[in-house]
Amino acid sequence: MFPAPIERSPRAWQITYQSLLPFALILWLLPLIAVAIFSVKPDADFVNANYWGWPSSFEGFTNYALVFTGSDMPQYLLNSFKITIPTVIGAVALSCMTGFALGIYKFKSNIWIFFMFVAGNFVPFQILMVPVRDLTLQMGLYNTITGLVLFHVAFQTGFCTLFMRNFIRALPFELIEAARVEGVAEWRIFWFVVLPLMKPAIAALSVLIFTFIWNDYFWAVVLTQGVESQPVTAGITSFNAQYRAAYHLMSAGSLVAALPPVAMFFLMQRHFIAGLTLGAVK
Amino acid sequence: MAQASVAETRQSSWWHRNQQQLTPWLFLAPGILFFLFYVIFPIFQSFNLSLFSWDGLGAAEFVGLNNYEELYYDEAFYTSLKNNLIWLVLYLAAIPAGLFIALFLNQTVTGIRLYKSLFFFPFVISQVVVGLVFTWFYDPTFGILNVVLGSVGLPPMNILGDENWVTIGIIVAGLWPQTAYCMILYLTGLNAVDPEQIEAGRLDGAKGWRMLWYIIVPQLRPATFIAFVVTIIGALRSFDLISVMTNGGPFGSSRVLSFYMFEVALSEYGFRMGYGASIAVVLFLIMLGFIAYFLWSMYKEERAR
Repeated sequence: MFPAPIERSPRAWQITYQSLLPFALILWLLPLIAVAIFSVKPDADFVNANYWGWPSSFEGFTNYALVFTGSDMPQYLLNSFKITIPTVIGAVALSCMTGFALGIYKFKSNIWIFFMFVAGNFVPFQILMVPVRDLTLQMGLYNTITGLVLFHVAFQTGFCTLFMRNFIRALPFELIEAARVEGVAEWRIFWFVVLPLMKPAIAALSVLIFTFIWNDYFWAVVLTQGVESQPVTAGITSFNAQYRAAYHLMSAGSLVAALPPVAMFFLMQRHFIAGLTLGAVK
Repeated sequence: MAQASVAETRQSSWWHRNQQQLTPWLFLAPGILFFLFYVIFPIFQSFNLSLFSWDGLGAAEFVGLNNYEELYYDEAFYTSLKNNLIWLVLYLAAIPAGLFIALFLNQTVTGIRLYKSLFFFPFVISQVVVGLVFTWFYDPTFGILNVVLGSVGLPPMNILGDENWVTIGIIVAGLWPQTAYCMILYLTGLNAVDPEQIEAGRLDGAKGWRMLWYIIVPQLRPATFIAFVVTIIGALRSFDLISVMTNGGPFGSSRVLSFYMFEVALSEYGFRMGYGASIAVVLFLIMLGFIAYFLWSMYKEERAR
């Protein structure tokens, strides 16, 4: 292990390290801690310029309640879920299939199709912006959740295919060969042999795509406007316009908007990290 | 006998003879169609559109390379391009910073798992929220930054209002989640480092920096490669933070190409789709250089298998 395990070092350094840890963590998360403290402060603290002092009274419940009752925040949150969940299902389903095709079969154009997905996944969004917006308008899906979901599914398929294909490549190929010798049909091999083995990859991709899509801001701004279809990342800007200079409410709103992916991460940490490293680093 | 005849009818069926050639295409079809429709074709459409003048509603007028000629004389374009370069260079700091934090956290004391996940926190939250948090951090009237500066006797600064500092200020905000990402890559990479090589290095008297540079870093190559890919892509994609923190200001000094393109094509400054597309094409060509390099590296690795 590198650096040398702390248990082998002198007692004094062990204690220093142990006390350095929480200190470093607080420093690292200071901006977030500040927002968390802002979100439980009463309005009066900001009027009296008591920005960084202790809250003069605890108003957490009032502030958060106001976020949920006094604004469009619940609608934005609901929209975000309606956008994120179908996208995750769609992109993961499509990429299970593409990943299977590219990971198992050897045919001439295999690597080029794979590279098309990888390259497309890396392009700057702006090169797609005008045509995709135009396309969505023409299909009558501008400012709808469906329009946003369809695009997200298509774009995320690139990344998901990269991931799934590499994962399937690492599976023992003998299993598939054995099934073929038995005369099992190809689609049954997919459904009964490969898919059950892909569960960890599906879990990893799901959490990862959930976070990516939840946090998307650019496409939300390009393809939607207004409360009925915008997700919470775009909604938070109008929320902030509504409560300009009401820092306690803006903080509470931001934390609420950030919460679902955070919860997802803590619940599915192991899968999340496996996904982030693209399966390339084990 | 009966079995043999069943096998014969099977073999004669067209589907069964070609099953292995056809299956991959059936599995690929939905994914490829979706991807072509929403990602690949739009790239070509943008190239085409950059030769037109179009307001997004009326008829498009063919103008040849006029949009590119206008770009050539456009001050704002050069500001954005310069900022993109600054982003690219400074954003790479996330890689050594991530490695440093990973080394710091690569221990087995109690509660270290929780520490690792909390350090990773900034990456999970949306860049919109990160931008907001850092806007307050820099705020000239109440931001902590000036409280800190004041306590060490320095004059207060208005980072986001100062043309010379604004881009750096936004990049620092971006480095926060990006460092967390690189850290997690390296933490996983460090887990896979071969302990025997470390012991061998120790016996040869390698310690500290020398050990890190000659034994550990070479073994972390896969992690470093991914860190490079995601950091460069992230730097060139920077949009959310700029949009939330400064909206390109002051006086357009914090624009990057991705933001400028959006502004030209979709904001109140006018719907100049063709001109926007030409900016996007330039950004795409810059990115293409990196994409080609990444694909080339992946290709070599595939061949080596």
